[in-house]
Amino acid sequence: MSRIELRSLSKRYGQTLALKQVDLTLEGQKIVGLLGRNGAGKTTLLNLLTAKLHPTEGTIAIDGEPVWENDAVLGRVFYMTEANLHPGSLRVREAFQWTAQFYPGFRTAYGEELARRFELDTSKRVKELSTGYSSIFKAILALASGASILLFDEPVLGLDANHREMLYREILANYIEEPKVVIISTHLIDEVADILEEVIIIDKGRVIRHQPVEELLESAYAVSGEASKVDQYIQGRNYLSEERLQNFKSVIVVGGAVDRALAKSLGLEIGRPELQKLFIALTNSNV
Amino acid sequence: MRLDFDSEQPIYIQLAEAMEDDILKGILAEETQVPSTTELSVVLKINPATARKGVNLLVDEGILYKKRGVGMFVARGAQRQIKKKRRAQFYQSFVVPLLAEAQKLNVSTGEVIEMIERGLPDEQD
Repeated sequence: MSRIELRSLSKRYGQTLALKQVDLTLEGQKIVGLLGRNGAGKTTLLNLLTAKLHPTEGTIAIDGEPVWENDAVLGRVFYMTEANLHPGSLRVREAFQWTAQFYPGFRTAYGEELARRFELDTSKRVKELSTGYSSIFKAILALASGASILLFDEPVLGLDANHREMLYREILANYIEEPKVVIISTHLIDEVADILEEVIIIDKGRVIRHQPVEELLESAYAVSGEASKVDQYIQGRNYLSEERLQNFKSVIVVGGAVDRALAKSLGLEIGRPELQKLFIALTNSNV
Repeated sequence: MRLDFDSEQPIYIQLAEAMEDDILKGILAEETQVPSTTELSVVLKINPATARKGVNLLVDEGILYKKRGVGMFVARGAQRQIKKKRRAQFYQSFVVPLLAEAQKLNVSTGEVIEMIERGLPDEQD
């Protein structure tokens, strides 16, 4: 069972505060989505979590131990970065052996099997791989690492539709076979929405939501219909975004129960927002 | 089994309904084993907790039952039970929206009945 704890975590780059006072506790073995717009602080958070960056303020602990200069703890975490961190002249096969040195639980046979299934040529040099195959290569290292915490930063970068599906399925199969913490940072929300159990939404360096996906979706609903009637409905209610098309209006209401009787009497439609729509509404800087 | 990810329904309810549909169609026969939550999760690309929640919904209703160490099976009488439940929902799920649409279009009740009667023989082809 893993426990990740971030306390009052801040990171400043010069004048920019990339993360602001983040408090976050992740417990148990789950697939978690780390969602945020570009520049929201997702990668900074992952870099801090794996001690690739030093926090300006605050603490990071995994299973109760600080991560900074703590190889024992970091050995339980595999971080698939968007950047390429392997020497380019290294061959894929050698990268497997190299990873096995740092991760004693590395499953070479499974890694090779994945390479076959994804048609990744293990005799190729890392620098010769296309963007898509570079992602596949890094994802395979993560899946085979045997680590109890897997962090994926934009894992499907450059992958075609078939390979994206294969990878999502493999992440699920891998998680079911060996339950672990899987954190997927991505902006492709629609694609990952259904494989997630929990989401963390970061906006401008702050964690604005952290809860089970189902609970988040149940906390909001969409109301649409004639604009003046929608306005009447949302009076005194907390709402996020609005889409307007002449006299038609659609609004996402957050919190509180649906007043079906009122909606019906006003001739309004009530719907369930998709995770992506809700995400956009929550992180839209115009609100 | 197919899920409509654009639906208004939570995924676990869609999964339960899709399994019910397969039972009604005989794709999942009574007293046969249904796919495991692992298979459902990986094939449908949904979180295993969601798959478990959907399956448990049917276990709670007695449509599926657990054989220890083997897996989930379709209960005897599941088809009949699903039909009974769906019949009870038929008015709300189909007749109410039908009448609402008819009203929007000024289609009279007589015309609606006429259309239903016209549709019936075709259905039996």
